[in-house]
Amino acid sequence: MSAVEPARRPGPPPAAGPQGGVRLTRLPEPVGPLTAALFAALRAGPGEGLDDAPAPSGEDPLADLDLQLALYVSYELHYAGFEGVDERWEWSPPLLAFRAELEAPFEAEVAAATPANRPQELQSVGDSLQRIVAADDGPPLSRYLEAGGSREQMLEHVVHRSAYQLKEADPHSWAIPRLSPGPKAALLEVQFDEYGGGRAERMHSVLFAGTMRALGLDDSYGAHLELLPAPTLATVNLLSGFGLHRRRRGALVGHLAAFEMTSSIPNRRYGNALRRLGCGKEATDFYDEHVEADAVHEMIAAWDLAGGLAREEPELAGEILFGARALLALEARWGQHLLDSWEQGRTSLRRPLDAGLSREWA
Amino acid sequence: MAASEGKQREGEATITPYRDGPYLVRGPFSLRDPDGDPIPVTRRTVALCRCGKSRTRPFCDGTHKLIEFRAPGVLETWPPERPQS
Repeated sequence: MSAVEPARRPGPPPAAGPQGGVRLTRLPEPVGPLTAALFAALRAGPGEGLDDAPAPSGEDPLADLDLQLALYVSYELHYAGFEGVDERWEWSPPLLAFRAELEAPFEAEVAAATPANRPQELQSVGDSLQRIVAADDGPPLSRYLEAGGSREQMLEHVVHRSAYQLKEADPHSWAIPRLSPGPKAALLEVQFDEYGGGRAERMHSVLFAGTMRALGLDDSYGAHLELLPAPTLATVNLLSGFGLHRRRRGALVGHLAAFEMTSSIPNRRYGNALRRLGCGKEATDFYDEHVEADAVHEMIAAWDLAGGLAREEPELAGEILFGARALLALEARWGQHLLDSWEQGRTSLRRPLDAGLSREWA
Repeated sequence: MAASEGKQREGEATITPYRDGPYLVRGPFSLRDPDGDPIPVTRRTVALCRCGKSRTRPFCDGTHKLIEFRAPGVLETWPPERPQS
């Protein structure tokens, strides 16, 4: 990324970050047998070298960094790819077979960690989504950061979120070709806004990159991948898995609905946290935008998209609610990981942020 | 009455009350204060506060969930024909 970054010029800021527009990530360092086998194969020719790849360890897949990072990199081949990795790997049968070995225990553990739907909830998906979100008792991460989170904690939070926010909305777009006209129009109404309403500089991923730069963080795509622990990678892998499998389209739609329904209020709190820490509009713009944007999106996503899909394909109602509940379950684990780490006085990342990265506030 | 019963007229804005939530307004429309000055609108579809407690009025900011605002998404009648949910 930095190799192709244009020189900064005086005058108006670049129209669109992540700067340069090219997002090519270096493969991270392996963290165990799965990533060692995968990354070695990816550096060689497509389709070679995965035959003897080891199987997942049987450890809790949600906490297994080796499994989550291997899955994340497997999925990332469908997004931006990696420097030095042949693009044909994306649809290479050995890669897809290896990925399926990772997905099976992950999916099973997500299902085990997600509360079951009650039969009567399937009658009105919009109502049920509202009740599920209202009853969510996940850890109070946004309240914690708003009330007294430190600068370092806020920076860590941004780094965790960069795993998704720098490609915000992209995985949900995989639902587009799989929906009938009613729910499709609802999804596109949300996505049009997510992608900046035709203005690249208002695209939410671009606003997030602006927040990162304002906080002195590297905003290039994938720059912090080696800092992310398993619970963070799991939240993104959940979504990528829903997005890349058509059979999970109901869960993908439920995920988006719950994501939007749990966004306005926490984002206001994150913006308040940054203001309390002395940050300016460059840093808070992403969060402030999401307060109003997601107040719109949550209604469309719950009633027109998720409710509309359930009316047209009633057999998907359970999957829609499952997607919402799985999001809340994995977000809760992630949030608890952050709060537990901070309570114990240590970083919530795999290692502390380089202080040199974050000297300047906007 | 005719406008809401019939097909939508071309170029007409739509205002939709969402159950327990805001009004969504889909254009074309303009938002103006009582002096006639425009209130800036930055997106095609906006959510207008219905619970009265938003901190970004007239826009919705999601506060209706915190106060457990309840309202139907359809026409309310008085006296109620059946128990309100």
